[in-house]
This record gives sequence, structure tokens and C-alpha cells, in this order.
Amino acid sequence: MHEELSSSLLHIEDVHKCYGDKTILDDIDLSVAAGEFVTIVGPSGCGKSTLLRLVVGQETPSAGAILMEGQQMGPPNPDRGVVYQHYSLYPHLSAIDNVTLNRRLALNPWQWRSNRKAIYEEGMQYLERVNMADHAAKYPAQLSGGQRQRVAIAQALIQKSKILCMDEPFSALDPGTRESLQLFLLELWEETKMTIFFVTHDLEEAVYLGTRLIALSQYYSDDRAAGAARGAKVVVDRHFGPNDQAISPTVKATAEFAMAVKDIRQQAFDPDHMQHVKDFDLSHPHSWATRTLGEIAAEGS
Amino acid sequence: MELPRFFGLHAKPGKILSLVLALLPFALLVVVYTIASDARLSENPNDKLLPSLSQMYDAFMRMATEPNRRSGDLLLWSDTFASLQRLLIGVGGGAVLGLLIGLNTAIFPGLRAMSRSFLTFLSIIPPLTILPILFIAFGVGETAKISLIFIGTVFVISRDLQLYVLQLPREQVTKALTLGASELAVTYRIILPQIMPRLLNTTRLTLGGAWLFLIAAEMISATEGLGYRIGLVRRYLAMDIIIPYVLWITLLGFTIDWILRTIVAKRYPWYQSEKG
Repeated sequence: MHEELSSSLLHIEDVHKCYGDKTILDDIDLSVAAGEFVTIVGPSGCGKSTLLRLVVGQETPSAGAILMEGQQMGPPNPDRGVVYQHYSLYPHLSAIDNVTLNRRLALNPWQWRSNRKAIYEEGMQYLERVNMADHAAKYPAQLSGGQRQRVAIAQALIQKSKILCMDEPFSALDPGTRESLQLFLLELWEETKMTIFFVTHDLEEAVYLGTRLIALSQYYSDDRAAGAARGAKVVVDRHFGPNDQAISPTVKATAEFAMAVKDIRQQAFDPDHMQHVKDFDLSHPHSWATRTLGEIAAEGS
Repeated sequence: MELPRFFGLHAKPGKILSLVLALLPFALLVVVYTIASDARLSENPNDKLLPSLSQMYDAFMRMATEPNRRSGDLLLWSDTFASLQRLLIGVGGGAVLGLLIGLNTAIFPGLRAMSRSFLTFLSIIPPLTILPILFIAFGVGETAKISLIFIGTVFVISRDLQLYVLQLPREQVTKALTLGASELAVTYRIILPQIMPRLLNTTRLTLGGAWLFLIAAEMISATEGLGYRIGLVRRYLAMDIIIPYVLWITLLGFTIDWILRTIVAKRYPWYQSEKG
């Protein structure tokens, strides 16, 4: 099955990540099709941000392969955009300079000066799109947390990456700001149909935003020996929406939403709920998983 | 509730009181000096140890306005020019090279591995101990003195900027790469502009050491310069020249520091607000 998926937009196969003798990610298999809004959720320390760094190319897997459109991926490049919780913006650049940074980097400093007007006009369009046009001249330190994330999204949007990776982008914001940015991101996604890889520790946010929810967790059982070096696996891979309702926050009040949150909370976040690998809810049509050699050996014995 | 003006943790000295308090220690110093100087001079009018303020003023004006009988120079200005030239070339060179070394060794792990121990080694050598080597190698001209100041500042600045760049979030580099920056663009168009204010601030701090190296080198071997002059007139116990020269050097140092601080505040407004 995974041969036909290996040419999908993002393909992660048998990926392990270890730091020293500690295994963080344990045999991650994942394929993401273009246009999906994938949310990655899991308890703290499960390695969801590590997975994002692997996708971005900031770190390399200890084993396994990460492919984009069938090509092995290397260090960070413009194919993958990224928005972080902090540090997405450069403190020495104003909002407009941050947004237009990729345009400037494409030109040498002399060319960029002669194209300044056109580049700023384009940047202003993006700032208008994120409702930040009035703050174009401000430095990041002069902006609020929510405003900074809006500018960071504009900065990533202008690049038109194949996939936009977001690492807890709204986690430092107050609830009101967070909700308005969630809505805003959904609208942008509806409009552009970009592929989003969104990491969060907030389960409700993950269920609300994603068309596909992937939960990583270190709380599971398998047939390997008791002392085996286990790390987090994909324990849930489910399809959600997209439907018209999803765009409205009222969906959060429905019984269906509460049920999904409760299910996933138990499957991924409950340390006492040691679900067996065979029972994982991997119901998303693109979901697939190989077994580790250790598991195969354990089954054979 | 009224807060105390001066005493305690919650004191709120007003604007005027703050100014008075700031000037008070200086005023005290002058008063104490004047009393001590008067006491000695009334005992022995030829006493050289604590000249009166007017004697010092006269000596200073003589240095500033009367051409030297032998060379025809206005000594204060030729000394100042010679010293500042050495200081600025030495520190300027140290800052520029220190910036390049610190930046590149922080960004590129290969260079970092190569430089880690070596930079520490170089920066721990007390610069004054190699002054004899410099005089032997470069002779007693300008090169040796400028080299001393350069060596005394460049490694400190390199290490400080290296550590500073290493503390910048790694995300900044990743982010720049995803925006299409080349490795050189990340280094020189993203990180470099961010560390300029830090460079200026670090340079401000190294200036104190730089003055030390300058004066020391000038006292050992020079034909003009502020340190040379102090060393020379010391033989005649000319405190009426030494003390104004010390104050003059302090004023020069203060002015350079003020200029650099103003550049940081005006040119890099984001630098302070980033901290706050």
C-alpha cells in the first residue's frame, strides 16, 4: 500500500528519532496528500514538535525516510514554510520587512532597493489579508502576541510553500485571540487549499481545525519485550470534516465534537490506557503503518 | 501614602533631587581635594603633590594653547590626536575582525569546532605580556602599539559575539532557509544586522581595556601621546599636568562611550525594546 502513497506530497516511512539512548519517535509511518489540514496532537514529551522539526528539515531522522513528492528531503528549503510559537519574526525588521523578507532574499541588496516599491506593495496586500496593514512599520516587540502570529502567517504565506508547518502557533495566545486566529486560519485554508501540518498540545484545537487528526502517544502496549526502547507512535489517525459547520466555532458545542475529544483524550493522553498497537484507530483513508522488526519477531515466537 | 525621598527601598527621588544626588559625589570630591590642596600649599607654596585648581587650569591651558618650544606643536592636541588614532585603529580593527570571527564561528559548526579551544587560548593570554614581543617584532613605531590594542580587544569581542549568536534561537536560521536564504545570506543578511548593536555595546566595554593597553604601550615607548606625556612629566612630579590629563582621558573615554551608546539607541531602536 505504501508504494502508491510514497509519491504523495509528504511521505514519512519507518522514521525513528533517538536522542542518545532515548527513543522519542518510534517507527512513524505517515502520508499527507496535498490540501489536507493535518493536526498533530499528543501529550507533552511525545515528540510532536520533534516530528515537525524532522518535516521542516531542522533535524534529521535517526532512521527511516521522509520524502516530499517522492524526493528525499534535506535541510530546510522554501518547499516547507514554518510558523513557530515564538521567534518566527526577526526582531530587527519591521512587520512589512518581515513579510517581504523572502522577496528581498531572492534579490541582491542593490536589486532589492530598485524593486522596493513593487515588493512593498505586494507585502502590503499580504498584511491586509491578515488585517495587519495598519501596523506595517512596527517592530515585532511593538506588536501583541496575536498580531505577531498574524504577521508570521503572512510571512509564510507569501512564500507559497508546498506545505506549511505550524508548531503550536496559537499556544501562547489568550483564548479570545486564539479563537479568532483559528477562524482566520480556517478561512485562509478554505481559500487557498494549502497543505497544513499543524502541531498543538490542545486537543480541542486539533479536532476543531484539522480535516485529519493524528495523535502521537507514548502510552500504548505492544508485543515487544518489557525493556524494549519504546517511543511515541501514531495511535490515532482520523478523518474530520471538511464540512460547512467546521468553520463555525459553534461546532465545539456539539455532542459529536465532545465525543471525539473524549475518545482521543483516552486513546492518546491517558497514561493508564495502554492500548495495544493492533487496536489503534487508524481509520483515515491515507493511514498505513508498517510493523517494526521487533514486533514481527515477537508475533512469530 | 507619601513615599520617602531618599531612604529605603521605596524611595522616589524627584527630578531635581536626582540631579542634586548625581552631582553630590563630584562636588564632595572637589571640596575634599581643595581643602587638602590648600592645607599643603599653605605649609609649602612649592608643594607639587596636590596643586591647586587654578594651577592645574593654567598648566592645562598652557598645554592646549602654547606651542611647544622645541617642536612647535600644541602638545595637548598632538598628544590627543596621536592617542585617539592608535586607539580607534586598534579597537576598530578589533571590532571588525572580532565581528567576522564571532559570527562565522557561531554559524558554521566546522569553523566553531576549529576555533573553540584556540579562541579561548588566545583570549586568555594577558595582552601586556606580549608587548615586549610586539616591540621586538614591529619595532617601537605605531604598529606595535596598535597591534597591542587590536590583540587586546579582538578575541574578547570574537568570543562575546560568538556566544551571543549561539544564543539566538535556532529557529531563526531554519526560518530564513525556508524563505529561500542561502547559507551566506543567513549569515550576512539575517544574523549580521541583528548583532550590530551588540557589537557596539561590546566595543564600549572593551574600550576600558583598550585605554589601558594604549597608555601602557605609550609609557614604554613613544614620542607623543597622552600616556607618553603622563609618563614623561611624572619625572618632574608635574601633578598639575598629570591630573588634568587623567581627567581629559576620562572625558574622551566618556565621549566615545556616549557616541556609541547614542548610535545604538538611534540606529537600532528595536534592540532595547527587544530586551524589555
